[in-house]
Amino acid sequence: MFSPALPPAFEDWFASRGWQVHPHQAEMLARADDPSLLLIAPTGGGKTLAGFLPTLVDLAEGGHHGLHTLYISPLKALAADIRRNLSTPVEEMGLPIRVEDRTGDTPSSRKRRQRADPPHILLTTPESLALMLTFEDAARTFAGLKRVVVDEIHALADSKRGDQLWLALARLQRLCPDMRRVGLSATVEDPGAIAALLARHPDPCDILYADPGPDPDIRMLETEERPPWSGGGGSFAIPAILDEIRRHRITLIFHNTRAQAEIFFHRLWMANEEGLPIGIHHGSLDKVQRDRVEKAMVQGRLRAVVCTGSLDLGIDWGDVDLVIQVGAPKNVKRLVQRIGRANHRYNAPSKALLVPANRFEVVECVAALEAVLERDLDGEPRGPGPRDVLCQHILATACAGPFDADALYAEVTTAGAYAGLTRAGFDQCLDYCATGGYALRAYDRWQRLVQDGSGAWSLRDPRAAQLIRMNLGTIHDSDKVKVRMRFGGGRPLGEIEEHFAAQLVRGDTFLIGGRIVRYESLKETAIEVTRASVKKPKIATYAGTKFATSTQLSHRILRMFEQDSWPELPRHTAEWLALQREMSSLPQEGRLLVESFPFDGCEQLCVYGFAGRNAMQTLGLILTKRMEEMGLDPLGFVASDYAVLIWGLEAVLDPVPLLDRAALHEGLERWLAGNAVMKRTFRSSAHIAQLLQRNAPQARKTGRQATFSSDILYDTLMKYDPDHLLLDITREEAMRGLVDFGRIEEMLARVGDRIDVVRLDRVTPLAAPLFLEVGKVPVEGAARERMVEEETERLMAEAGLGS
Amino acid sequence: MSAARGAAPRPSASPRDISGNVKMTGGYGFTLAGETLVALASGALWWPEREMLVVSDLHLGKSERIARLGGAALPPYETYDTLERLEADLGRVSARAVVCLGDSFDDRAAAEGLPEGVVDWLVRLQAGRRWSWIEGNHDPGPVALGGAHLADMVAGGLVFRHIATPGGAGEVSGHYHPKARVAGVSRRCFLLDRSRLILPAYGTYTGGLWSHDPALSGLMADGALAIVTGRVARAMPMPR
Repeated sequence: MFSPALPPAFEDWFASRGWQVHPHQAEMLARADDPSLLLIAPTGGGKTLAGFLPTLVDLAEGGHHGLHTLYISPLKALAADIRRNLSTPVEEMGLPIRVEDRTGDTPSSRKRRQRADPPHILLTTPESLALMLTFEDAARTFAGLKRVVVDEIHALADSKRGDQLWLALARLQRLCPDMRRVGLSATVEDPGAIAALLARHPDPCDILYADPGPDPDIRMLETEERPPWSGGGGSFAIPAILDEIRRHRITLIFHNTRAQAEIFFHRLWMANEEGLPIGIHHGSLDKVQRDRVEKAMVQGRLRAVVCTGSLDLGIDWGDVDLVIQVGAPKNVKRLVQRIGRANHRYNAPSKALLVPANRFEVVECVAALEAVLERDLDGEPRGPGPRDVLCQHILATACAGPFDADALYAEVTTAGAYAGLTRAGFDQCLDYCATGGYALRAYDRWQRLVQDGSGAWSLRDPRAAQLIRMNLGTIHDSDKVKVRMRFGGGRPLGEIEEHFAAQLVRGDTFLIGGRIVRYESLKETAIEVTRASVKKPKIATYAGTKFATSTQLSHRILRMFEQDSWPELPRHTAEWLALQREMSSLPQEGRLLVESFPFDGCEQLCVYGFAGRNAMQTLGLILTKRMEEMGLDPLGFVASDYAVLIWGLEAVLDPVPLLDRAALHEGLERWLAGNAVMKRTFRSSAHIAQLLQRNAPQARKTGRQATFSSDILYDTLMKYDPDHLLLDITREEAMRGLVDFGRIEEMLARVGDRIDVVRLDRVTPLAAPLFLEVGKVPVEGAARERMVEEETERLMAEAGLGS
Repeated sequence: MSAARGAAPRPSASPRDISGNVKMTGGYGFTLAGETLVALASGALWWPEREMLVVSDLHLGKSERIARLGGAALPPYETYDTLERLEADLGRVSARAVVCLGDSFDDRAAAEGLPEGVVDWLVRLQAGRRWSWIEGNHDPGPVALGGAHLADMVAGGLVFRHIATPGGAGEVSGHYHPKARVAGVSRRCFLLDRSRLILPAYGTYTGGLWSHDPALSGLMADGALAIVTGRVARAMPMPR
């Protein structure tokens, strides 16, 4: 079906390739003048071309000067990929269109040139756009802009990168009142919510749906080996996975964490006797290494890639015909999007295999398969735009020149995410940016922003602009340290968490990029390693998001547990659940199971809340705080998606008072005072609001003792200025993100007073995997002080120095 | 092992033997160059015989300096917090002499720009006490505050200076902000070997340098101790 609006040159070009214009592409073209339009289309549906067709047709006539269309994608690599894809029609039709990309990797000379002489189509990321808007010449750079295309908008809608982008779009719209907005999204559970973020508030935004295509061909991998009782690596399935790789052209093997991807790749490689070309790709690897893998994939030189979310988004990775998900999928929506990576041909089913890494995950995989087939997607509403991002936006605005507070407030509230922002809320952020917003007015002389006679705000110190620009962005996971080879020119391998690096001593070995390396020394900004040939390396921890199993999926699992038997599960898993039922009990949707038993020299308490990793973590924090007060000497805890396990020196024989609803609420209030998760939440917001600026023009050479922990700032604010904006933001953030108290509420409402306490003399089948979870949280209390005492005494005694 | 033991400083018999009030402060007693000293849990050093309290790297005025240079406006409470802890320590041990081992101010302008209340507070703390400011790399030269201003200072068998010297003997210094990990948590610490002691940073807004950093592991002799601060000061072999 050809659209009547398609110019002949385009019709010929489509025909020459044997392509047909999809109905949704034609409709996008027909509605090119809609102020905002959201397209929901499956992977491979020609989504990007649909987004660009109106631009190409408009520009084909020639005569447009300057920037016409701005394309924003969440991935740098996607911007480069789209540039290559667009160059084909542009060159083959001889269109007078200049296309360029601009990301953090673009050389600064070209960036400067792009600001003065922008191309017709500029492909960029939210961060690069935010940076462009901080320059004084922004209005000139964007003059004439007609369209903005936000690709993979579903991925941005869930994050602060999106919030930063919605604010940037509001600015662009003021600079270019005629700008049209287009969003391209994968299948999501609530398209209306994304449309509201995309459009200028309160403009409407229509939603187009492309044909979702056939159901995926998805099943659980059958293996001869049984999945282990615990662990997350999926190594047991390596022979079966190698078989699948042999049978397909290109296989993507997704893992939930970077550490697991590393271990799996290492073991896969050891078992890969015939030397199939297999690569690894994740966000902590050095860019050069990632580029090499991406290129090899596109050229079809790889048969498989072990990867993480770094390959989640819509780059055309060549002829992928199988996706394997190792480990529980956690979230049905993301699983569906991952499955879509296999088979980029329109209207062909995607093929995917799920590989549960342990027996609990078998249950979750089966539940997820059912949800996929029922098209039952999950998701939680996101809430209003966060104020730390707004603070950064105000500072960034000041970099571009003096601004009027009334005008900025009006502009910000045209972003859907900030439509509900009150003037008082805005003024509080502005005051924070100007003076720090402290109860003690200490910075009258050194305000960051000052007001001139006309009331316009600007930076007091022009040097501040450089600092603010260098620290733009909303991705601040944790501190990372680069890893490089000691010899051979110091080739960079990637990066690991500073926390992990700090624990390494010379001679320790760990995995990175699929190889085992030995830690040699710490240089100023990197650790140096050499090749090592040992069997059992340590496992580096990598920054990377840990997703919580969604509410919907958790409920499906609990409902499965209520069955008398499980014919849909493999026999080993069904038997395991039966054993748990026999030894203790199985968790149920309307009840709360709590187990207590001694193990590993400590008393253990296991609460099966099924509220997702983050909420279970919060429950662990509150319960340990209460236990500390009750003299139960907790030492630490670890949370998974379905349970929290607390260990300590005393047995908890009656946990019911601990789980009292009012007590938990009170714990939430009081516990806010001083724990690691709150501090982590604070750190992230402090970086975004630029209370902490990690990047400086020249990092001081002697350096590391010059920077101090954000924990100190948190403690100081809690002590001297507990009502400060950033603590408010931290509390707000804690409600949704890492803390997720909403899901504890959901759990409490679900179980009521139906709490089952089981005292046992040993670990139960369902609790066992928790002992291998990473991310154990120590409790800083009396018991910890006892351990410090014991450890220092032991070390002194070992060194022959005991008194 | 025997070589390490030979080089190691010997803890004195018991902190209680040194001074009656040490136990209350959770201090750790030891000898250096024949002098008996106590590392306090707060990160200050107490010399009972001279009734002298030694602190290092206060970095007063740090938030003011960062704001002045166009950086972030950090919570402006660190100077109060640092002085509050110092005042508490002074009261606890009844110090008659105080030595600040350098980097007491985040820079010269910070020293000159201290709010009036802070200057008054310092004057109050100095009243009735011999007070010595040792120069640091952040605050070279004398500042316009009472007390002696010194590049370094010799007392008994000890020499006090900001940055440790390679051949130092009986040397008490600061500068490096040492920290160490114990039982899974990071703590500021003293580093002690037979010839020198390095103090942790006392200022509220100060970061730390791991004891296993080459700058510190290269400086400290075999068998050195790390005395970690916290509720109680505790010694352990220095992590390298």
